[in-house]
Amino acid sequence: MLKYVFRRILQMIPVFLGVTLILFALRIPGLLPGDPVQLIVGERELTPALRAQIEEEHHLNESVPVQYGYYISGILQGDLGRSLQKNRTVTDILLDKFPNTARLAVSAILVEIVIGLMAGIISAVKQYSFWDVVVTLSTSILVSVPVFWLGMLLQMFFGIKIKQWTGGAFSLPMSGMGSPPDLVHLILPSITLASVSTAYVARIMRSQMLEAMGQDYIRTAMAKGLSQRVVVFKHALKNALIPVVTFIGIDLGALMGGAILTESVFSWPGVGREIYLAVMQRDWPVVMGGVVVVVLIVMFVNLLVDISYAVLDPRIRYGGTAE
Amino acid sequence: MSADRHHPDGGDLHTPQGPLDAGGHELQDQPPRTLVPAVPEVSAHPSRTLWGDAWMRLRKNKLAIAGLTWITFIIIVTVSADLWVPQNFAEPTSTEFASMQAPSADHPFGTDRIGRDVFSRVIYGARVSLAVGILAVSISLVIGLALGSLSGYYGGLLDAFVMRTADIFFAFPYTLFAIALLAVLGPSYRNVFIAIGILGWPSIARVLRSSILSVKENEYVDAARAMGASDLRIMLRHIMPNAIAPIIVYGTMSIGGAIITEAALSYLGMGVQPPTPSWGGMLSEAKALMIPAPWLTVWPGFAILTTVLSFVLMGDGLRDALDVKMKD
Repeated sequence: MLKYVFRRILQMIPVFLGVTLILFALRIPGLLPGDPVQLIVGERELTPALRAQIEEEHHLNESVPVQYGYYISGILQGDLGRSLQKNRTVTDILLDKFPNTARLAVSAILVEIVIGLMAGIISAVKQYSFWDVVVTLSTSILVSVPVFWLGMLLQMFFGIKIKQWTGGAFSLPMSGMGSPPDLVHLILPSITLASVSTAYVARIMRSQMLEAMGQDYIRTAMAKGLSQRVVVFKHALKNALIPVVTFIGIDLGALMGGAILTESVFSWPGVGREIYLAVMQRDWPVVMGGVVVVVLIVMFVNLLVDISYAVLDPRIRYGGTAE
Repeated sequence: MSADRHHPDGGDLHTPQGPLDAGGHELQDQPPRTLVPAVPEVSAHPSRTLWGDAWMRLRKNKLAIAGLTWITFIIIVTVSADLWVPQNFAEPTSTEFASMQAPSADHPFGTDRIGRDVFSRVIYGARVSLAVGILAVSISLVIGLALGSLSGYYGGLLDAFVMRTADIFFAFPYTLFAIALLAVLGPSYRNVFIAIGILGWPSIARVLRSSILSVKENEYVDAARAMGASDLRIMLRHIMPNAIAPIIVYGTMSIGGAIITEAALSYLGMGVQPPTPSWGGMLSEAKALMIPAPWLTVWPGFAILTTVLSFVLMGDGLRDALDVKMKD
């Protein structure tokens, strides 16, 4: 087991180096349009003295490999630079917002599991029925809806059209700024964030269930006279779940990294919205640092998910590389 | 969806009845055929190529045809827009105060904050969306096909390098990576499709690589090699035609994906810049006006949804028609 964990961490190193190299390359002058000093300065006026000071501070006068060394060691020490707008470090700002992102991600995952699995199972068990058509069509529509538009529509409907019935309970944008959001405020953002993945979960679940239902052991179970419910839930579901769980695991990693669109539509005070606001304010250290943090979070959550698979399913541990 | 599975040897052994091909041949009066090797009379239909077959199956898929029709319609409407769109999309429509008028006969989708006709803007927005979608996917295809085919055909160190690079690209959350790229390149129409195109190649390369890996094992490839065909000839004549189907499916769906991404980036202010009308940009302006002018939110989003859905349905239809198995 330890060997597996160790090997899995080793695999992360080249990816980490590659990711940081790309993000670093985006800052090298000349390689791409854009002046790193100008990025750091933002809208302020750039005097030669200021330029020299910034080049000194950020080691921009060193050779490129040395700069990369500074960059990597900064990341490893949790130093991502300072915000131009707020007098805080990027790390502080993002750590502050992470709990809200995590809360939203977990509740979105719950939506995916409950609705996605149910829809997938129903449409597989009742293949070609009315409900199957409904599920198949609505998953196609859901993957085609821009999430931010779905968020806007939900806000319009729940926050404005039927406000008199809900008492404005859902209308986060007016009330949820700053203070930690209530559970009721989670509902619309979670549904919005979960929408696309729920459709994928339902699709994967459906095709896996259909495949499992065609297996010999299902026919045997049916022939033994077991009820359909037992066959579906005890025999077919167990085997059909594995790819679905894999998808949900990967998605959890992606969601933990912040949902820039959902969070900005609902003014959800998470990592994604912070990065969006930084983009709006041309606060580039927060944007670039935010991307590094998000990539690291995604990689770390994926690592945890993979390790927990290995605990649950010994075949993965012994099956060579994780791919 | 495997009820009408394609049979690679060209004989239509599994669909014994019904109109068979685009040439109008009907074989209904022949006795139902059983599973026997293709007989000469079958190969006497010269139009029955792989693609002809696929088109025939695609035609039967109502959803895919609906998607294709809608895409064609949008393309015609946008290309001809200059000839008939009643109002200027960039400027207020009249001298009197016409801000945020509800939809009416004059303005089917209403007017926006500064009195511009939303209907015209949605139509011109389609230009941006389709252009970005097609250009971005073209960039992904050029890079992805080149790297994917080299990687799949030659394997070895090159393959390892390309695939590890793809892994690095996959480690980035997609939207954020696009934003980081645009933060450096600067938000503009051209940079949006460049950024989306650059982000799209790893998926294309992966799909093509795995497709080539399975085609490469066929005997006809060995036969071609034994006959002294060059690598390039084997690749272009023998492998590509048999490995390209998943790319067609994936590419079609990717256009939809690129359109959504463009809309998202423009919504966040990192994409196409005003006054050029883009659906995402219009939604961005609509955000503050959801209560007084809901039509500003409804129509651009509806345009995105229907267009992307059309590409998704087309992709689904092509997948079934070409009998491509994809890991979701």
